[in-house]
Amino acid sequence: MAFDNIFSEIVFWTLAVVTIGSAALVVHLRSIFRAALMLVVSFLGIAGLFAMVNAEFLAVVQVLVYGGGIAVLVIFAVMMTRDVDTGNVSTAVQPVALMMGAALLAALAYSIVQAEWTVLPDSLPGPIATVFVETPTQLGRLLLSDYVLAFEVAGVLLLAAVIGALSLVRERTDA
Amino acid sequence: MLERLLIISAILFCIGLYGVLSRKHIIAVIMSVEIMFNAVNVALVAFSRYTVPAGLRLSGAGTDAERFVLEGQTLAVFVIVVAAAEVALGLALIIALARRRDTVHISDLSTLRR
Amino acid sequence: MLPEAAAWLIIGLPLLAGVFSIAVLRPWKRSLWQYAGYAAIAGTGAAFVLSLIAVNGAMGNGDAGYEPHTWFAVGALGAQDGFQMTVGIFLDPLSAIMAAVVSGVSTVVQVFSLGYMRKDADDASGEWSDYPRYFAYMSLFTASMLGLVLAYNLIQLFVFWELVGLFSYLLIGFWYHRPAAAAAAKKAFIVTRIGDFGFMLGILYLFLHRGEFAALGLNPFEIPAILEAAPMLSAGVATWAALGLFAGAAGKSAQFPLHTWLPDAMEGPTPVSSLIHAATMVAAGVFLVARLFGLFEESAAAMNTVAIIGGVTAVFAAAMGLASNDIKRVLAFSTVSQLGYMFLALGVGAPGVAMFHLFNHAFFKCLLFLGAGSVHHSVHTFDMRYMGGLRRWMPITYMTTLVGGLSLAGIFPLAGFWSKDEILSTAWSGAHAASGGVSQLVFWLALAAAFMTAFYVFRLIIMSFHGDFRGGIDSVPHEERIPDEAHHHVHQHESPRVMTLPLIVLAVFAVGSGFVANSLVDLGPVPAHWFSHLLHEDAPDFNIVIALTSTVVAVAGIGLAVLVYGTRSVSFDGVGRLWRWGHRLLVERFFMDALYEDLIVRRALYRGLFLVSDWVDRRIVDGMADLAGWLGRNSGRAIAQLQTGHIQVYGVGVSMGAAVILIFYLMQR
Repeated sequence: MAFDNIFSEIVFWTLAVVTIGSAALVVHLRSIFRAALMLVVSFLGIAGLFAMVNAEFLAVVQVLVYGGGIAVLVIFAVMMTRDVDTGNVSTAVQPVALMMGAALLAALAYSIVQAEWTVLPDSLPGPIATVFVETPTQLGRLLLSDYVLAFEVAGVLLLAAVIGALSLVRERTDA
Repeated sequence: MLERLLIISAILFCIGLYGVLSRKHIIAVIMSVEIMFNAVNVALVAFSRYTVPAGLRLSGAGTDAERFVLEGQTLAVFVIVVAAAEVALGLALIIALARRRDTVHISDLSTLRR
Repeated sequence: MLPEAAAWLIIGLPLLAGVFSIAVLRPWKRSLWQYAGYAAIAGTGAAFVLSLIAVNGAMGNGDAGYEPHTWFAVGALGAQDGFQMTVGIFLDPLSAIMAAVVSGVSTVVQVFSLGYMRKDADDASGEWSDYPRYFAYMSLFTASMLGLVLAYNLIQLFVFWELVGLFSYLLIGFWYHRPAAAAAAKKAFIVTRIGDFGFMLGILYLFLHRGEFAALGLNPFEIPAILEAAPMLSAGVATWAALGLFAGAAGKSAQFPLHTWLPDAMEGPTPVSSLIHAATMVAAGVFLVARLFGLFEESAAAMNTVAIIGGVTAVFAAAMGLASNDIKRVLAFSTVSQLGYMFLALGVGAPGVAMFHLFNHAFFKCLLFLGAGSVHHSVHTFDMRYMGGLRRWMPITYMTTLVGGLSLAGIFPLAGFWSKDEILSTAWSGAHAASGGVSQLVFWLALAAAFMTAFYVFRLIIMSFHGDFRGGIDSVPHEERIPDEAHHHVHQHESPRVMTLPLIVLAVFAVGSGFVANSLVDLGPVPAHWFSHLLHEDAPDFNIVIALTSTVVAVAGIGLAVLVYGTRSVSFDGVGRLWRWGHRLLVERFFMDALYEDLIVRRALYRGLFLVSDWVDRRIVDGMADLAGWLGRNSGRAIAQLQTGHIQVYGVGVSMGAAVILIFYLMQR
């Protein structure tokens, strides 16, 4: 999908603004609950961006895992704690943190702009274009061939995370 | 196009960083971390789509082009997996902490000092 | 000719015996360590046999041609600034004879020690004993001395020189629980160290002029190289190097003004005194000068210094010997005096004569000391005022001591006569000497010393062996007794055979070593002037006038001693106030100890220099250490303020670091 028409441009900029704006609101809103909702909006915006750059599978995973699972988890956690409405205040280092973020952003932006990227041509060569057409198939094959070890380890990690989370939040009967 | 996405990624990353460093509520910090993860994912996907993969010859590319082209997306998949695990554990920790210490504010947790 | 490995064994065998005694036998059961003495005697005796073979070889063809081994080299070989550190064996007739004397005397002394130290073995309580320690030290001391004698390199010699100092310290302080012994050991070590400092400066001075040696293609530390280069060195080099080395020799050989340690060194066991005095430690100084005689010879100033110091010491020490009541102290002053003789001979240019006297002196002085030890074995005191009449039950000790005394006094035809006569006639003729006037001066000094020597040695013999017995240890007031010996009693018997046998052997040598070794006429197996020729020297002419003069002087000294202490027909009481003042001077040893210990050590050092350095140490050195500590503590405290415990502060730090790294990276591009 090439960005050669005004429609794509409009969609892209809208997604960008929504994503960044909602992310900014996540760190800015005082209500932690609203911040969590904004986080979901940001995740969905990112999913849209993924969809626009031939990563449709990732876009779907993003919606399912982040927009679904993680968002629900966060909201549950928010509800199980207190100071929900006013809790999201700044610490004493907030001004410094702001300067740090700005400085790092400036440095990153400068390095991105002045770097000379070797970019693929607009009309993709045949094999690559084929890959982007059938992404889920190819990803699945890669995960179970080249990356199978990492894949299995990731599975173990998830299992450990689940067991760990359960044992952490378990109500102790003797306590 | 690549630069745009990378800039977006950088902005998201810095917003996340700012959030991690400046928020008092632990859940807000976790959410900021998630934003940082996503920023990285955006960058990975952008690289995957727009840059010439190392090791891949453009002309007469072989049948295993996906190995190079999809490296970034594969990495993004693992990032998502790790992020999911991290969120699950992190939130469990927060709940345990809220029960034990009766606080969700990072500034109350300064036992590292001694 | 002795193979080089065998030459190394001369050092190695006593070393092995010593290490074996102290590291293997001593930690073992009593049933084993009581054989430590035999191990030591075996090692030293084997070294003696090897030394005799070496002497035999040296008679044939002069110097042994052992090439030195390079230990390490700095810079290019032969380069102006580089030098080579070599080790090796330098076995020429001089060192061969010296090695034979050292190991031979040491063997005899160790045999004597078997009897003398028996008490320490029997007294030992429990599993540990000083007995093997004693023999280990003796063996290691002998090994060090042999290493010194055989050293090829000046540095190598210096190392063994210091080892001799170390083991003399350990031996003098063998009964370290006696305060006097511990103090004497320290004194011996420190006073000789003062001389050694000069020795070190001498070596360094040679090293500073290594350029001159390099120009000749020689190594400034190798003894043969020094001797070879000595005539070609620029003016002054030989003088200063020789004077530095002589300072070391004077310290080790207890020459004026560094003689004060030797009388105190009597606190060690008597065989130790015997060994130190006869052939080993104190002879090292004489040997050093004789070894490097070629260097000394190049400098008239150095030669005159050696001669005058020697002559002064000979008289000075003999005078102190006149007034001492301690039998070992008399012998100690006698040693100092006789060493003065040797230096005198060196100074007038006759190293062979000096070595001849050293050779003879080794036997009769060792004999006299062992005789004193034998006496002590019976009466348990060294104070002659409590002896007398011992000849009645100690005939062998008496006879051998008498032989030693006559030899020391220089009575014809005993050993001492020959070498003393050679010294006197060399000094008188001044033939070899660099300057005649000094030579004549020291001749008169030597003659005066000969008179005093004869007097004090017969005073010793008469006071201890003749007259009525005055009670021995039983008469010594309790406060004067050494605590260890307070419970001993007099045993009126001759010493055991293991002690008398060495005495007899040494007495034979004290009689014969003079005219057999350096006979005036051909004796068949021993050619005339064997000793002198072995050292490649012409024997001094026998001067009948001088021989008669010295004999008359010696007999006069003996006669006076007999009149004063034997028949009591002459008394010093009438000489009046002058004598009393002079006596005080002698008893107080010319106030030299008082000068050193009170004026220099207590006043100048303790109250002067040490106060200043104490202040510097406390205020400045400690102050700097305290400042460093204060800085560390307080800067740590300041930095600890950054540790807030708030994780986000740390996070700011981490990201700040990341940003800085990134910005630097971008700026570099």
